[in-house]
Amino acid sequence: MAGWLDGNFVSVIDGVAFGLLLFTIAVGLSLVFGMMDVLNLAHGTLYLVGAYVAYALSDGSLWGLLLALAAGALVGTMGGVALTFLTQPLARRGHLDQAVLTLGVTFIVADLLAAAFGGEVLPTDPPTFLRGTVDLLGHAYPVYRLMFIGVATGLATVVYLFFERSSLGALVRATVADRDMVRALGVDIRKVLYGVFAFGAALAAVGGVLGAPILGPGPGVDETVLVLSLVVVVVGGLGSVRGALAGALLIGQVQTLGVALLPEYAPFLLFGTMLAVLVVRPHGLVSPAVRT
Amino acid sequence: MSPFGPSVRRLLVTAVAVGLASAPFVLGPYTIGTLSRILVFALLAISVNLLTGLTGLPTLGQSAYFGVGAYTAAIVATRLTDIGMLQLLIAAGVSALVAVPTGWLAVRARGVVFLMLTLAIGEIAYSAAVNWKSLTNGTDGVSGIPPVVPLPGMPALELDGLVYFYVLAVFLVLFAAVSRLGSTPFALALRGIRDNERRMSAIGYPTRRYALTVYCGAGALAGVAGALWVSVQRFVSPGDAGFEIAALALLAVVIGGSGSMWGACAGAALVWLTRDYLGNLEAVAGRGPLLLGLFFVIAVYTLPRGLAGVRLPPKLTRKRTA
Repeated sequence: MAGWLDGNFVSVIDGVAFGLLLFTIAVGLSLVFGMMDVLNLAHGTLYLVGAYVAYALSDGSLWGLLLALAAGALVGTMGGVALTFLTQPLARRGHLDQAVLTLGVTFIVADLLAAAFGGEVLPTDPPTFLRGTVDLLGHAYPVYRLMFIGVATGLATVVYLFFERSSLGALVRATVADRDMVRALGVDIRKVLYGVFAFGAALAAVGGVLGAPILGPGPGVDETVLVLSLVVVVVGGLGSVRGALAGALLIGQVQTLGVALLPEYAPFLLFGTMLAVLVVRPHGLVSPAVRT
Repeated sequence: MSPFGPSVRRLLVTAVAVGLASAPFVLGPYTIGTLSRILVFALLAISVNLLTGLTGLPTLGQSAYFGVGAYTAAIVATRLTDIGMLQLLIAAGVSALVAVPTGWLAVRARGVVFLMLTLAIGEIAYSAAVNWKSLTNGTDGVSGIPPVVPLPGMPALELDGLVYFYVLAVFLVLFAAVSRLGSTPFALALRGIRDNERRMSAIGYPTRRYALTVYCGAGALAGVAGALWVSVQRFVSPGDAGFEIAALALLAVVIGGSGSMWGACAGAALVWLTRDYLGNLEAVAGRGPLLLGLFFVIAVYTLPRGLAGVRLPPKLTRKRTA
């Protein structure tokens, strides 16, 4: 086992990094669906927009990265607000309409991005000071990914503490659990809902900025990200921060180890994991019943 | 359907069938190729309609079974036989077989979770088509597919018009078969599941088994459509099993609305023509996806009545996810 771990050490750590990236993206999808009852199939598009922002603004310096992060967060927030306005009139018409609408948005934005940036996958380099590798227990490991793990862990901690420990987070969770009760307490829940949508969208776009050197911008990346996020959300359990984290870390490992060990069968491993989890826990790893 | 009496309906059906059958004598080869593709796509839309319109299970994963059928037919055609009927049967069988475990997983959920699961299944089928190189040739796809021989003893169909007749014949047989299903107790049970699943299971219907049965049937139908696609294109690539196909098929059904087969076919034709012709217009040079996206957005706001029959019961979905 120790030998196995040594041989796949880099893949395992890559899996952690990828899992944390998936969490950053998927938590917004999960909360928007869990709370607003809006199925946002344009979620992968928000990641893609963020990744293109990183490509356009990153000049290799720390300031370039920070500028890209700020711009990504801003664009993501605007995207979230726009999607709220677009989906709101359909709120009473059910999920199929939301699915069709947000699919339309993905087609439109993907086409505009392809027109602006071309049809190729654009390799996005990490900032110069984060290039190269470090020695990690005898293995050479890219600095950027290590930094990414640090930043994403911080982000995940902040999101987790906000939703699970702060009073505003308690309000958000209460809105998930019983919307009418919170409304009856005199809270303008529309503000809560819009805020969560904007926040989730901004996180996805920031994920795109940070993830660009890992999963770079290009046509089809939006789809890949959307599907991985949906799998994370289904495996983890809908509408919970902890579920998104558990699902993301699991899927991150399955993806990186699967590609490293059994490249031909990697897609089936993803499906197999989903199958196995849903057989044992039909509502996902963190089922709504045990959510605090 | 209701505004027409049975005799008017029979007349309409005959007129449409005669119109379709005489098309190769009046239209050029390019148009006939497009018409063949529309018929194949309409079969896929009928398959989606069985799930989404009839049973209330919104699927974004029928491209998986379409792709499985297409690759199966392509492999059978290049390595085994060019007999079309055998290709169709094997493709239907393999697709139904793949639908058993995937459907078993999907029908555990309803509403939006079902949509998520089918989307994931479709995407996994796509990445399998890309990555399983020993079988699928990866992104290069399978080419060199011989022209189809519909039945043993018949000549190989080299001309677009002849392939069109082959596709039309299979389409009409399957359209009639699925229409027959419409009034059976099985279809009524599926409608019951769509409208009130809890009541159906309370009066003793094993609703999940019904859902899985229709899922496998729809998978087989999508597989046949995939096999026909290969006969038309003589080529298959991962794109044929991709997300865009699944999204377009769902859009066709949503635009068609009300869970009607005619609606699904009309929606399929509309969607395909938009994609094929608008995308080729000089004024919009290559901006097909943009127009298609606008089409999605406009359709969802302006065609609410087209959606009436396929609306998900909101109570049910909220219960499962809250």
